[in-house]
Amino acid sequence: MKILVPVKRVLDYNLKPRVKADGSGIDLANVKQSMNPFDEIAVEEAIRLKEKGIATEVIAVSIGEAKSQETLRTALAMGADRAILVTHDGVAEPLAVAKLLKAIADEEQPGLIILGKQAIDDDSNQTGQMLAALLGWAQGTFASKVEVSGETVNVTREVDGGLETVALKLPAIVTTDLRLNEPRYASLPNIMKAKSKPLATKAPGDYGVDMTPRLTTLNVSEPPKRQAGIKVASVDELVTKLKALGVAA
Amino acid sequence: MKTLVLVEHDNACVKDATLHTVTAAAALGEVHLLVAGQGCAAVADEAAKIAGVAKVHLADDAAYAHQLPENVAPLVVALMADHEAFLASATTTGKNIAPRVAALLDVMQISDIIAVDGPDSFTRPIYAGNAIAKVKTSDKKLVITVRGTAFDKAAASGGSGTVETVPGTGDSGIASFVGAEIAASERPELTSARVIVSGGRGVGSGENYHKIIDPLADKLGAATGASRAAVDAGFVPNDYQVGQTGKIVAPDVYIAVGISGAIQHLAGMKDSKTIIAINKDEDAPIFQVADIGLVGDLFQIVPELTAKL
Repeated sequence: MKILVPVKRVLDYNLKPRVKADGSGIDLANVKQSMNPFDEIAVEEAIRLKEKGIATEVIAVSIGEAKSQETLRTALAMGADRAILVTHDGVAEPLAVAKLLKAIADEEQPGLIILGKQAIDDDSNQTGQMLAALLGWAQGTFASKVEVSGETVNVTREVDGGLETVALKLPAIVTTDLRLNEPRYASLPNIMKAKSKPLATKAPGDYGVDMTPRLTTLNVSEPPKRQAGIKVASVDELVTKLKALGVAA
Repeated sequence: MKTLVLVEHDNACVKDATLHTVTAAAALGEVHLLVAGQGCAAVADEAAKIAGVAKVHLADDAAYAHQLPENVAPLVVALMADHEAFLASATTTGKNIAPRVAALLDVMQISDIIAVDGPDSFTRPIYAGNAIAKVKTSDKKLVITVRGTAFDKAAASGGSGTVETVPGTGDSGIASFVGAEIAASERPELTSARVIVSGGRGVGSGENYHKIIDPLADKLGAATGASRAAVDAGFVPNDYQVGQTGKIVAPDVYIAVGISGAIQHLAGMKDSKTIIAINKDEDAPIFQVADIGLVGDLFQIVPELTAKL
């Protein structure tokens, strides 16, 4: 079975985003960008399924500007077999991305598509669920455990109350949560090897998908800032403060 | 416009998250609710009493017992023929179902709204709340998830909606519920608690967490939470996590114990009314957002605090 892993290039998660002065968005010029952390977990899971002999091929896909090629090379260095880049400058909304991924899935016929549960830039948390809808497949979102057996995948999900397990008929969609695995670092030889792995470049038009955004961003601003407060010197002072707040008798 | 709100419930009671979402829906127009579940007629009756609710659609079928999105989404899509907006709470249930509905309707979902600015305009946080975006949609129908902490609760009583049974849309046959491990706790729920005591990496171990954090929370009648670091280290289960990818909370008082204050954690709690931080590192970023800070060893401070309250 093939596994498809969509990955997104985003502002590195260690960096604090800077809002542009004109309110048009976040300044991404000359700042480090990396693979969305949840997508790294997705790549890792796919590779582990290949190492277990369950998957035969891992295909990484990215939709974005030409530089997303670097993100795909990272996935290849981790162990993906080949990559597809759909180049698109400008906003790629989850709905349009899901349509592109559906077209790619129709071509590649994967048994599983593993995605990050959300990208840490727009925090939408939509693409996997939308793709599942468009394909008519089952979805196991926010996964902390994935077990494939025969024609079924059991997915343990992190839900608000604890954990929940669902059994999904393959092919299926899985979206990853933080504790599914700890992604590996690519070794230097594998980074070198990744440079010669196949990477196909496509355009949205090749799949007949209209990328026109449905949402217009009117303005992006800084959130109201919290002021640092006071420091107290002793537990007694803290007790007094808590009593003043009405949370302690 | 007519709105349809997905009621969150456990087949017995309406969950608080729904009350916040009803308030957001009321800002858009007439509020209709959907109760999809099994043996959930009591939930529909309770939901009909929520202030401002005009109608409750009740779909009672085994296919909806566990809120499987493969089954619930087609039901919502059928009802959307007669509604202009679908709203779900930005909980793990809402986030699982709403995008599936949106794609089936060919609508771009607006996730995690914190304000309704107009019939087609909304405010939502991006980049873990480090930026706030105002967006306008060109879609004919709306699919929205709602951040509960940003909207007041609608009154749970006073409404007089009618309950109407709607036919189910069947079982997809591609997904089934296997089981759940849902933690039972005497404590208040994290997302609706007035006071939260949260522990981080500094707490050191699961044993310490329960020895240090639990007694303070008991004394204050507080919910207990944790940073990602504490959950990743296995001190407590995932449902304790507060942050960008965990739960978003905004209690009256949030007490952060041994939490350094990574931006991903701050994203989940910085709208709390009063933040209190206890940390041995006086340069920890948590002190930049804390209203009241106490620098020192949590293993001495917290037991002393618990004893003196």
